[in-house]
Amino acid sequence: MHWNSFAEFLAMGNHAVYVWGSVGVMAVLMIAEPMLLVRGRKTLVARLKRQLRAEQHESVANRSTSNTHRSQA
Amino acid sequence: MTDRVINWYKYASPQTFYPLAGKLIPWFWALAALFGIAGLTIGFLIAPTDAQQGEGYRIIFLHVPASWLSMFIYLVMAFWAGIGLAFNIRLSGMMASALAPTGALFAFLSLWTGALWGKPMWGTWWVWDARLTSELILLFLYIGFIALQAAIDDPRRADKAGAILALVGVVNIPIIYFSVKWWNTLHQGASVSLTKAPSMAAMMLWGMLLCALACWMYSIAIALMRVRTIMLERERHTDWVRALLSGNGHDTSRHP
Repeated sequence: MHWNSFAEFLAMGNHAVYVWGSVGVMAVLMIAEPMLLVRGRKTLVARLKRQLRAEQHESVANRSTSNTHRSQA
Repeated sequence: MTDRVINWYKYASPQTFYPLAGKLIPWFWALAALFGIAGLTIGFLIAPTDAQQGEGYRIIFLHVPASWLSMFIYLVMAFWAGIGLAFNIRLSGMMASALAPTGALFAFLSLWTGALWGKPMWGTWWVWDARLTSELILLFLYIGFIALQAAIDDPRRADKAGAILALVGVVNIPIIYFSVKWWNTLHQGASVSLTKAPSMAAMMLWGMLLCALACWMYSIAIALMRVRTIMLERERHTDWVRALLSGNGHDTSRHP
């Protein structure tokens, strides 16, 4: 272990602002990126499922109307 | 010979690649965490104080990996873009698009950590010297690539336009890398070189390499995650995506 105390670790030899400013921003962005990806993916999957259901519903509706037309004819 | 060609194309098809990528993602996350913990422990808890820069030098454990990855991801992105342009393989264009945002992230982090390192050591956040300026151009190349692709509706045409931009931009990478040799700059020379022994303590070097490996594994995990989302979006009208969405696919249980 290089440090004598936790306070010394935090102080980073009077460079705390620069060192922790780098660590903080890098950590936040590298945690945010995968989180945003997961959220974006969930939204996309939900949207695609909705569209697929709507399409299937539509094609079933079309088939049933064409069937009634045929039976009428 | 023909068998091999067919196999190659099989793995280049989104339908085959999608579940494979899904299985690989957790492993790359595990490796990223492992290397990250090891690298940061060595870098921030064990490595000795730098004789010239005191404790402020520890930014190196973030700055160098971010800078390396920003350049390396660009090369990989340009490679996939070029393959896509030459052979018209769908997956290549998707890979290039999946890499760009993460490359931009690392280019930004390289500039950010560089500024925070420059202020205490050089007395300035920024100088318009060769190394810093060419890294800024790299960030603009990534942003340009993303913006260009976003502006074109047809994915195939977006891939082609993006590929040309990416390939032209490759010329910037050796400029960044060798800028500290070619021009007189405020930026210090290469920390690690293939031709001579590294000019730093072994612990510092190990910490830096492990952090770089962590960023590398992170990038692969992220790129695979993003390429899967791009695949779903672009291939949404194909049978395999429809099967996946309606729950007949293999790995919908884990990754919907």
